Order: sequence, then structure tokens, then C-alpha cells
Amino acid sequence: MARHVVAPASEIAPGKSKIVDVAGRSIGVFNVNGEFFALINRCPHEGAPLCIGFVLGRFTADRPGEYRLERHGEMLRCPWHGWEFDIKTGQSWCHPESVKARTYQVEVVPGEALAKGPFVAETVPVSVEQNYVVVEL
Amino acid sequence: MSVPAPGAIDCDIHPALPGMQALVPYLDEYWRAHILMRGLERDNYTASAFPPNAPINCRPDWKPAKGSAGTDLELLRAQALDGFGTRYAICNVLHGAPAVFSEDLSAAMCRAINDWLAAEWLSKDDRLRASIVVPMHSPELAAKEIERMAADPRFVQVLVWEMGELPLGRRIHWPIYRAAERLDLPIGIHAGSSYRHPPTNLGWPSYYLEDYVSWSTGFAGVLNSLITEGVFVEFPRLKVVLMESGVTWLPGWMWRADKTWRGVRAEVPWLEKSPAAYAREHVRLTVQPFDAPPRADQLQRIIEEIGSDEMLLFSTDYPHWHFDDKDALPDGLPEHLLRKLLVDNALKTFPRLSP
Repeated sequence: MARHVVAPASEIAPGKSKIVDVAGRSIGVFNVNGEFFALINRCPHEGAPLCIGFVLGRFTADRPGEYRLERHGEMLRCPWHGWEFDIKTGQSWCHPESVKARTYQVEVVPGEALAKGPFVAETVPVSVEQNYVVVEL
Repeated sequence: MSVPAPGAIDCDIHPALPGMQALVPYLDEYWRAHILMRGLERDNYTASAFPPNAPINCRPDWKPAKGSAGTDLELLRAQALDGFGTRYAICNVLHGAPAVFSEDLSAAMCRAINDWLAAEWLSKDDRLRASIVVPMHSPELAAKEIERMAADPRFVQVLVWEMGELPLGRRIHWPIYRAAERLDLPIGIHAGSSYRHPPTNLGWPSYYLEDYVSWSTGFAGVLNSLITEGVFVEFPRLKVVLMESGVTWLPGWMWRADKTWRGVRAEVPWLEKSPAAYAREHVRLTVQPFDAPPRADQLQRIIEEIGSDEMLLFSTDYPHWHFDDKDALPDGLPEHLLRKLLVDNALKTFPRLSP
């Protein structure tokens, strides 16, 4: 288990994401309303590049014809078969009990702390003035 | 296989109206005068889906000496009830009344059919129960008729055609479902069409063979509509019974419906579970004619794929051509399912059968 610096925090604005390669794995890092989350870029259903899918809210209804949009920007829709996943937990909407996309610990760390280590920051140049997104795997 | 369990509940038999004249005494004063004035009692108003001379209406060796099939109570007793040791049989009158374009005339004829059924059939044999015939294209009048007939506990279901003016899930029909749910009446959906639209997805067929065979696929559309429109979300206690739908198309439909739902479920966000899950909870199917595969192990496999032993209901479809006499069930049904299919599933589906 190592902590990988994947981007300056300012590079991924709220509502945006970045796909990064960490230790040979493709991972999507998402900024959901200022909080960062990371998911494996592979749909647990059929292996699609999950993290290039649309980011959406959750469509729901109390009864037929009464629509609500909630949890804005917290759902990810797989580009192949349209399955929806919760970005925060990796759970699929239609099979929450059995289908889950792998998630990774993410934190935002000041450049000052990074300088002290131990972090893997091969591809991201680190400066003490900035904050960085760090993924653990 | 022969039906071994006395006390079986036959969920689809077809007494038939001998002719419009038989309804005249049961019409209210206004509509009796109206019908006699126009000479409508001389028309037959039989359902186009089951024309009287079509072979499907009766096996030739079961035809009464006079009159059309299903008009003779004594024959029905001997052939359908005594023969099976039937505890209850649910009468579904397939008539053209619900398809008459005038909503008011249609409703008047439906009322007369229900009263005729109660007086001429239900009151003459304790084993008979019935479905309420309603003018489905007039939801307000249909709901009214449901309320009226529900006062008679021998009416245990509401009868509608599989293919009417609109797909059955549409909200315009919901007053009917609201009344039915409240009064513990499942919606019985019988094969056939009121021919407002072609009975196939492709347009009008040339032959009866095409017409009849395609009805089975119409039922997939019925389920699509009822489930996606959210009927079972709005009416969580409602059950529907598909009659003469066939059974073995169901696993394929479940796969397609669930697969598609996972991808586009946001379009119908009220569905909290998969279409197949709603079907298992709310949909029942009568088994005559059972489109069963030739081998018992194949049949078992289909039942496993359906994923529920509570969905199938025994029926003979008497006196229609499918009626297999004592061989009303295919071979290879496991013992536990047989008991459920013959009795328990019907008791759970029709609360009014358990007073």
C-alpha cells in the first residue's frame, strides 16, 4: 500500500474528474462538490472504462409522475450499458447488494507535508505552495 | 397429466351468453326500451376475438346438442366441475359488450351481463365464481360497475381484454385499478382484442392462425406497460392475472425487461426494483393452454427460470378448444408446485375466495 500523488487539487474542479494511471491501474479521481473520490476505471459489469461515463444526479420519484433529482453530481453512468454507480461508494444502483466498483482512499494533502514523505510522486511535480490529491493503493 | 387434487380452483372457464335476447330481462328500463326500439337484441355482439363458429370456441365432442358452447349449465357441471372435483371455478364471459363504442350502451350491457351471470349461473351452483365485465374504455363507468358488483362476494375479479384502446398501464385506467385494489379484486386480463388496433405489432394479419398465435406476444406488451407506468408502485396490493397467455415466454421477457431497465431505469425512476421482481410479486398466469416443452426436465428448468412457484394458476379454459379434459396439466410438475398451482396460489391471488 502506497500513497500516490495524482494531481494538484486545483486541476480537478468540482464536477470534474481526471483519469490517472497508478501502479499500472487506471483510476478515475472525481471532485464531488469539493470532496475527492477515486474509483477503478473498470465497470464491474462488463469491464467498460467506467470513469469516462456521464456524471449525474440521482433520478428518483415518490410515485409515478412525481419526479425528483437528488444527490447532484454523485452518480456515474457507465458508457456501455448505462448502469449507474454511486461515486462515493462504488455501489451500483440496480444491484447494490452484489455489484460494486472498487473505490480507493483519497485525501488532499498540502505540498508542505508531501515534501516530508513517504509519497510516490513520480509524475506530478510537487511544490510547497499547493494542495495535492493523493490516492492510496 | 390428470388433475389429482379434488378441491382444485379453476381460474378460467367460459360460460357464454346464448344471445342478446337473454340480456333483455336484465337491462334497466331505459336501456331495455332503447335496445328493443333499435332492434339491437337481434344482433349478437359476440366478441370478434372469439367468433361463435370458430373452432377455438369448443372441442367438437364437447358441443351441446343445441345452442353454442358454454351455454349449458348441466354440461358445464358434468364436464368441467364434477369431472375435476373443482371447488371453485371462475367464470369469464367473453362478450363484445366491453367493446361497444358508446360508453353508456357498453356500460348498460356490461351491467346486464353481470346481473345475468349472477342470476343464471352463480345462483345455480355454489362452486361458480365470476369476473366483473366492465367498459374498460370508460374508466369512470367501469369503476362504478366494479363498486356495484363488489357488493356480491361471488364476484372475485375484474375482467378486461389484453388489447383494448390503450396499453393497460396508462394512467387513464387507474380509477379502475384503484377500485379493484380497494375491493380485493385482481384484474384478470384475458387473451384477445377489442380490435381497436391490429392485434399484431406489424399490422393486420390475414389469417386467424396469425391473429391467435400473436396474442401471446401481446401479453409481453401488457406487462411492459403495467410495470413501467408504475401501476404496481401506485397500487401495491394489486394483482393481475394473465389468462390464456401461455407461460414459457416469461423467462425471456424477464431477461429483456431487466437488462434494459438496468440501463434506462432513470426514465421511470419510480421503479424501485427490476421489472421481473414486480412481475413475480404482482402477476399471475393461468396455465391452459400450457405451452409446455415436451420433457419434464425442460419444464422444471423453465419454472426455475421464472423464479417463483406462486405465479401459476390452474385453469381448464372450458369449453374452449384448448380444454384438455382430465389432462389439463403437463407432466413433470413437482409435487410442491402442483399443490400451489391447483389451490394455494389461487387462494392467495383471490382474497374473496377465502371468506
